[in-house]
Amino acid sequence: MKVLIDEEKCVAAGQCVNASPDVFDQREEDGIVVLLNENPSAELADDVRNAAAVCPALAIRIAE
Amino acid sequence: MTAPGRVLVVGASASGLTTVESLRRKGYTGEIAVIGDEPHAPYDRPPLSKQVLSGAWEPQRATLRTEEILSGLAADFVLGDEAVALDPAARTVRTASGRELSADAVVLATGVRPRILPGQQGLAGVYVLRGLDDALALKAELRPGARLVVVGEGVLGSEIAATARTLGLEVTLTGPLSAPMALQVGPMVGGLLAELHQEHGVRLRLGAGVAGLSGRDGRVTGVELSTGETLAADVVVVAIGASPATEWLADSGLTLDNGVVCDSRCRAADGIYAVGDVARFHHEGYGRLMRLENRTNATEQAAAVAGVVLGEDRPYVPVPYFWTDQFEAKLQVHGLLPADADVEVVEGDVAARRFVLRYASEGAVTGVLGWNMPKQTRLRRQEVVDALHTPVSTP
Ligand SMILES: Cc1cc2nc3c(=O)[nH]c(=O)nc-3n(C[C@H](O)[C@H](O)[C@H](O)COP(=O)(O)OP(=O)(O)OC[C@H]3O[C@@H](n4cnc5c(N)ncnc54)[C@H](O)[C@@H]3O)c2cc1C
Ligand code: SF4
Repeated sequence: MKVLIDEEKCVAAGQCVNASPDVFDQREEDGIVVLLNENPSAELADDVRNAAAVCPALAIRIAE
Repeated sequence: MTAPGRVLVVGASASGLTTVESLRRKGYTGEIAVIGDEPHAPYDRPPLSKQVLSGAWEPQRATLRTEEILSGLAADFVLGDEAVALDPAARTVRTASGRELSADAVVLATGVRPRILPGQQGLAGVYVLRGLDDALALKAELRPGARLVVVGEGVLGSEIAATARTLGLEVTLTGPLSAPMALQVGPMVGGLLAELHQEHGVRLRLGAGVAGLSGRDGRVTGVELSTGETLAADVVVVAIGASPATEWLADSGLTLDNGVVCDSRCRAADGIYAVGDVARFHHEGYGRLMRLENRTNATEQAAAVAGVVLGEDRPYVPVPYFWTDQFEAKLQVHGLLPADADVEVVEGDVAARRFVLRYASEGAVTGVLGWNMPKQTRLRRQEVVDALHTPVSTP
């Protein structure tokens, strides 16, 4: 699985970090999403899909 | 309970679409139909008062899903047709064009409609902002130098005032409360927002109710206040709140009271569920009915409802969350901010306009508000969660 983020769309809600803290973080200064791991392992896949689903700004895309 | 053979979703926006996606993600393979009265493919509303209104985004960017992803959901989207009646026992919905659709489970996701002022209809130059067409019509009138009066000092009105001011209009914000968003964030942050708006040149005419609109030759010329004063206007936006879109359910027998009333599973009747802005559900954590008009609730509640439709038995107990962007301020709110709460700065510095506030009532944390500190605010959210799950005895 490959994860892509769109910083320009991100509204710094942080829902992704709650859903998948191993893969997402937020910048200290403005809260914009930081991708910790572009190619998460299979056991993280469910959390990452969940993060993409709860992001209110549709800023996370997943390429399988 | 076995999975329903067919699910019908009424309302094709954030919560309706997410219900469909969640059903598929949870492995549901039955039939799904979606009825939406707007002709557009599902789109996102928060950018309408921000990037779409300012012109930073082409309207297309607000589209929620590409056509390819939508068709991958294998759902039958019936767009541009309005649901006009529901028979809950038969779980049948009738539409304006005469269609009849039946299902084993019906999910109501019709959102809210803006309230309007008496005399507003038929007067040119007066707008509401709820849908994409509203945003584009309003945008076309936002010319630099034009006099805009925004009626309503809530979240939406304050945002529109900020966006329009950035576009170079002469903006006046009016409403009955003493500060922008005072109802949503309390007097302290309301005061800071008032400063912010004034520094950017928004004229605040607050603390006065609106009595009506004045016009000439069918076009608005001003907003009349209860004080007798008239605010001259070339364009007016009315943002005085919204009412649940439930008129079409009037004869359904469902309990309607400021929304579709449902239990903690978001169930309004056997096989009938409500989700998103229209749903007034029993929140077990707060021990009362709640209706949340925000974007993350649409997504989270849709996921919860999809689970219940498929036989899960879990209450929906969200921590309310919303954000708003006005000028250079990005506010994030987790939990509830009662007007009489004790407010404490727990991070950052108010003077530097980067801070997190904690709101507490009778010693219990009710919410946190961040001003340009999104990450630090999220980290404080746990305090709201913990307080929510500590049982309180209600008097
Ligand atoms: C301009 C604007 C800015 C916003 N900004 C923010 C923000 O910054 N942060 C935030 O958290 N939230 C924000 N919100 C709120 C957020 O957009 C809503 O909470 C969210 O859209 C709710 O989704 P929903 O699907 O429940 O309802 P809606 O998005 O209202 O969708 C309901 C759909 O059902 C349709 N419908 C209604 N009646 C019928 C019928 N009888 N038959 C068929 N279809 C029907 C409607 O036309 C609509 O398409 C904003 C809202 C607006 C309007
Ligand atoms: S959930 Fe979406 S909007 Fe929020 S921080 Fe993550 S990517 Fe950004």
